[in-house]
Amino acid sequence: MRFSLTEDQVALRDAVRDLLAQTPAESVWDALARLGIFASAVPRADGGLGLSDVDLVPLLMEIGYAAPPHPVAETILAASLLAGDPRLGEVMSGERRVAVAGPDGLVPYGGDLVLVLDEAVRLVTPLSSTVERSVDPGRAILRARLPGGGVVSDDVPGTRRRADLASAAQLVGLGRRMLELTIAYVQTRQQFGVPVGSFQAVKHHCANALLELEFAAPAVLAAGWSLASRTADAARAVSMAALLAREAATRTARLAIQCHGAMGYTVEYELHRFAKRAWALSATIDIDEHLDRIAESLSLEGARP
Amino acid sequence: MIDLRDTEREAAFREQARTWLRANVPSGLSSGDTREGFAEHLAWERLLHASGWAVVSWPREYGGRAASLWEWLIFEEEYYAAGGPHRVTQNGIFLLAPTLFEFGTKEQQDRILPRMAAAEDVWCQGWSEPGVGSDLAAITSRAVRDEGGAGWRLTGQKTWTTRGAFCTHLFGLFRTDPAASRHGGLTYFLVPLHAEGVTVRGFGRLDGDEGFAEVFFDEVFVPDTDVLGGVHEGWRVAMATTGSERGPILRAPGRFLAAADRLVALARERGASPRLRERVVRAWVGAQAYRLFTLHQVSGVLDDAAPGARSSLNKLYWSELDIALHETAQELLGADAALEQPWSKGFQFSLGGPIYAGTNEIQRTIVAERVLGLPRS
Repeated sequence: MRFSLTEDQVALRDAVRDLLAQTPAESVWDALARLGIFASAVPRADGGLGLSDVDLVPLLMEIGYAAPPHPVAETILAASLLAGDPRLGEVMSGERRVAVAGPDGLVPYGGDLVLVLDEAVRLVTPLSSTVERSVDPGRAILRARLPGGGVVSDDVPGTRRRADLASAAQLVGLGRRMLELTIAYVQTRQQFGVPVGSFQAVKHHCANALLELEFAAPAVLAAGWSLASRTADAARAVSMAALLAREAATRTARLAIQCHGAMGYTVEYELHRFAKRAWALSATIDIDEHLDRIAESLSLEGARP
Repeated sequence: MIDLRDTEREAAFREQARTWLRANVPSGLSSGDTREGFAEHLAWERLLHASGWAVVSWPREYGGRAASLWEWLIFEEEYYAAGGPHRVTQNGIFLLAPTLFEFGTKEQQDRILPRMAAAEDVWCQGWSEPGVGSDLAAITSRAVRDEGGAGWRLTGQKTWTTRGAFCTHLFGLFRTDPAASRHGGLTYFLVPLHAEGVTVRGFGRLDGDEGFAEVFFDEVFVPDTDVLGGVHEGWRVAMATTGSERGPILRAPGRFLAAADRLVALARERGASPRLRERVVRAWVGAQAYRLFTLHQVSGVLDDAAPGARSSLNKLYWSELDIALHETAQELLGADAALEQPWSKGFQFSLGGPIYAGTNEIQRTIVAERVLGLPRS
């Protein structure tokens, strides 16, 4: 057994982290494209980096941490499905942004292309769309009319698992970001003549957030490994990861806002961006479905007559 | 790299452990926290030792198998999966032993470890006192220099000493320099409980078993050779022991994985409402998450990242997981939950988890201050 990142995985993660920290929001997409991020999961034979799902996890945690206003994870996923498709070049180069369709034609980030998971995995261009109001200002939502056709794969469950894993990884990164902001804030904010971070109640909120995040992160990494290694329990591993990451991130959002006091309850300070991204990504993770999948794997379905 | 499968060598070790454990694990032992049950457990511990399975991670010269950390985790998984009973030797082999390996003299190691491994000596922990729990550095039991005897005279009282009424030896902290700072004047002593001046009184834990004891010291002589680490260095030595107590050493994932599997089996057998089914699934997921966290942590240790204060994260997680597992089982049992049976015993035991080894309130503060860097109160 071994459960550490390789040097290559660490190097890629750090490169992405540095790039995201140093690049202004308006040029993040192009910078990521230049780094070759959108080709990262494309096989080497097709000009990509040939990274596996487990390689992507640390990278996607960084994407979550930075929460850029773009469908980065979705475009990486789509590019990996396009072997032999004429659209591969423009997707892996970042010329086209790909969103994953939600129910009823909801298209996050207003992607140029939309990955639809219904009877097959399909990549289509919206016919027309209207703008919806989005909770997350960095993740605009369109309601689009989507055409049929454009099949790129018939592995709907497998693609759904990879999308869930990507959301889970980003949620861990978002949680880390919110906790980091909170730790910095409670050390500066003074009340009663001392930093509020010296109060036990505040400390325990922070410790609880860390506890959840630290126990979600290995589960997400392990799920990436399970997918990449095609283990028999890969679907369940992703369900555990999605469940743990979603709950860790949403509870961290709650605790982070609380520990910031009124500062957490405003759009004039950056915390809200990460909380809203966490809520938006959480909405793509169906907790009931994951609980059912785990229960089924344990032969617990309908255990009571 | 990441590979969560056993290597060939690990798989062979697992198979060997599984085969032996399945053939030898006793069933139906009485509680190890009663006098009769303790004797039954000792017989089991001695069989484990005779077959080389008592202390797998120790060096061979002391009765171990020089198993890797991975193999040790594998052993724990197989031990509890086979239904192995809780280890009445745990405070010696999992808490004192790692501290002895780090701070003990060769003479101490040679003298103490083989008898500990063989369950000839069984060790208990003497830290808490009637007036001292979470604030360990406030202990008042003292040791006074006995120059003539080249040793120390111990006086005071320890309490909440697990299985103290049945153990043969105690490791504990005593104040050797009352003038020094709270943390500065403490020394870590190793004391035989049959020494003159020691009185032990057992009493009931929450479940009524005599799992606790208070230990009185009245000018008990302890030679210099039974000081562990330096004189007045006891705090530093004790912190190494608490690291083992909170981290994955005392509570490896195997114990909780097995409990989670038993919970799932109970739910299948008894039937579970949708509400309880969800709780079963969540508790089972919690056990898997604890395993993955520990595997990740052990990989870090092998890469030289000592867990340090992060072992408080282990402690917070396993203690709350253990309660969740047992509460859920008790609910599944319906009216039978009121009967004394393994789950009701386990439930009551689990409530101690957030208290012993430093309360969870203290652990959260440690995490906030030493892992997250928040200012001390």
